[in-house]
Amino acid sequence: MYGGGNTFEGVKTDSVAKEDLVKLAEFEARIARGEKIEPADWMPELYRKQLIRMIEQHGHSEIIGALPEGTWITRAPGFKRKMALMAKVQDEVGHAQLLYSAAETLGKSREQMIDDLITGKSKYSNIFNYPTFTWADCCFISWLVDAGAIVNQLANAKGSYGPYCRALERICAEESFHLKYGHHCVIYLAAGTTKQRQMFQEALNRWWPPMMHFFGPSDKISTHTEVLMRWKVKMGTNDEMRNQFLDMYVPKIRELGFTIPDPNLKKNTTTNKWEYTEPDWEEFKRVINGGGPCNKERLEVRRIAEERGKWVREALKSSTTAYVTPLA
Amino acid sequence: MNEIGLKELLYKMADDLLILGHRNSEWTGMGPLLEEDIAFSSMAQDKVGQSLALYTILHQLGEQDPDTVAFTRNAGQFHNCILVELPNQEYDFSLIRHFLFDMADALRWEMLTQSSYEPLSLLAKKVRGELRYHTLHATTWMKQLGSATETSIARLQQSLTTVTPFALAIFEESPYEKEIIESGVFEGEKVLMEKWKLKIADVISQTQLMLPDWKTITPMLGGRTGKHSEHLQPMLEEMSEVFRIDPTAEW
Repeated sequence: MYGGGNTFEGVKTDSVAKEDLVKLAEFEARIARGEKIEPADWMPELYRKQLIRMIEQHGHSEIIGALPEGTWITRAPGFKRKMALMAKVQDEVGHAQLLYSAAETLGKSREQMIDDLITGKSKYSNIFNYPTFTWADCCFISWLVDAGAIVNQLANAKGSYGPYCRALERICAEESFHLKYGHHCVIYLAAGTTKQRQMFQEALNRWWPPMMHFFGPSDKISTHTEVLMRWKVKMGTNDEMRNQFLDMYVPKIRELGFTIPDPNLKKNTTTNKWEYTEPDWEEFKRVINGGGPCNKERLEVRRIAEERGKWVREALKSSTTAYVTPLA
Repeated sequence: MNEIGLKELLYKMADDLLILGHRNSEWTGMGPLLEEDIAFSSMAQDKVGQSLALYTILHQLGEQDPDTVAFTRNAGQFHNCILVELPNQEYDFSLIRHFLFDMADALRWEMLTQSSYEPLSLLAKKVRGELRYHTLHATTWMKQLGSATETSIARLQQSLTTVTPFALAIFEESPYEKEIIESGVFEGEKVLMEKWKLKIADVISQTQLMLPDWKTITPMLGGRTGKHSEHLQPMLEEMSEVFRIDPTAEW
């Protein structure tokens, strides 16, 4: 998974006007031809800044996302689940490693990114600010949050920045296993005892609103930044991504006999779009700005891990080697 | 062949690996750097996988299935050494434990490739390749952190002093030691311990750390006969929390 590389903050485009017009035209022509932009290539300041922000936040989502699922590694029922969940969450941490490397090619160090995560300066996927009460919550994440992330990531893999696209291709390949694992877990709950079915239904009830939030504010209220679409930084609108997710997964959830907790959820056969109860965007804003049930806890865990590991990182530093940007 | 003795050997190995694998997995998301989260997770997966292979052999010898054995026994029924059940604490503690245990474990599997009990020797030939990476990981970090900063050396030294009494108890002998050795199943804990001491000393000599004088250390015995620290039972309760909701259910 996890985050899928989305930023929902407003973007200031003033700097674009100050760019060298010839270089800018050449840059845009390359993107229009479907070429990838590589780290050493000329790029507008806004492109660099926006990509750092997006890739970095995607990386953060991977390591923060490892926490709510990670707490279930020690409780996974049986060898099969225990070993699969360990491997799955390990993949997510590996994705963070890949993504931080991709962001580093744009000039921001991993240390700086992690500092910005801990101080709250940079965000991560909102959905991880909710708690996982039961094993079924963990299964919901493995199946459906990962599914949502794949929708975003497959779109972003067609973007214009080479290192990010290559990282996403690898990530998506691993994600497809996560999706199978998550689906498998949910099938066992669906086909299991009354208690098991009830566990998943309750998880679905809890997680559906954050899942609808996952793709970001509705197109009606979010600011469109046309230039980011043209530069293939943002590859689709929030509603398009949400619609794609609903298309793919509502039938699968219903097939297992579960009830999605939204009486208004239905596909409009004329527009071919899903209709649903408008998610509570005030709640979304509150949570993204630190007011969710687990924001403090998640950042605190990360902060403690960083603090406790500081002496190890210090001991690895060598006075004779200099910082090198990773190849990506 | 003495079947009780063989089972005892299989149980203590399997329990060591399950419990340490479980502890290693607790580093996921908590490591001092991402690369260490990933490394400890890989080792955790290997160890839990190895324990499953051993429980599977036990199942073939008439014991209950691996899930039941691993997820329903209480602490008194576990044969692991106390070392592996201790909480992870700081990274220096986990690293020293990993180093001391895995150096012994690698040697144990190496010795078992010659076991007269074929299922075990076949498994050992497969597993020793995995252990090579575990010991490579441990020794790389020992050499690095054991010679780096004042803090890292002091931390490792402190943990080495704390952990060695527990590490010596890895080699707590079984009541069937003699039969196991005579039947050629395993050369025995004493031989293993002597080999281990040499290996450990070789790595430590390449750092600024000091090994304690073995003669002054009292091993923290008991784990092999089900006498554990206060940490094992809560760990097992956590491990089986979901499984126990309905042990007959499929998850």
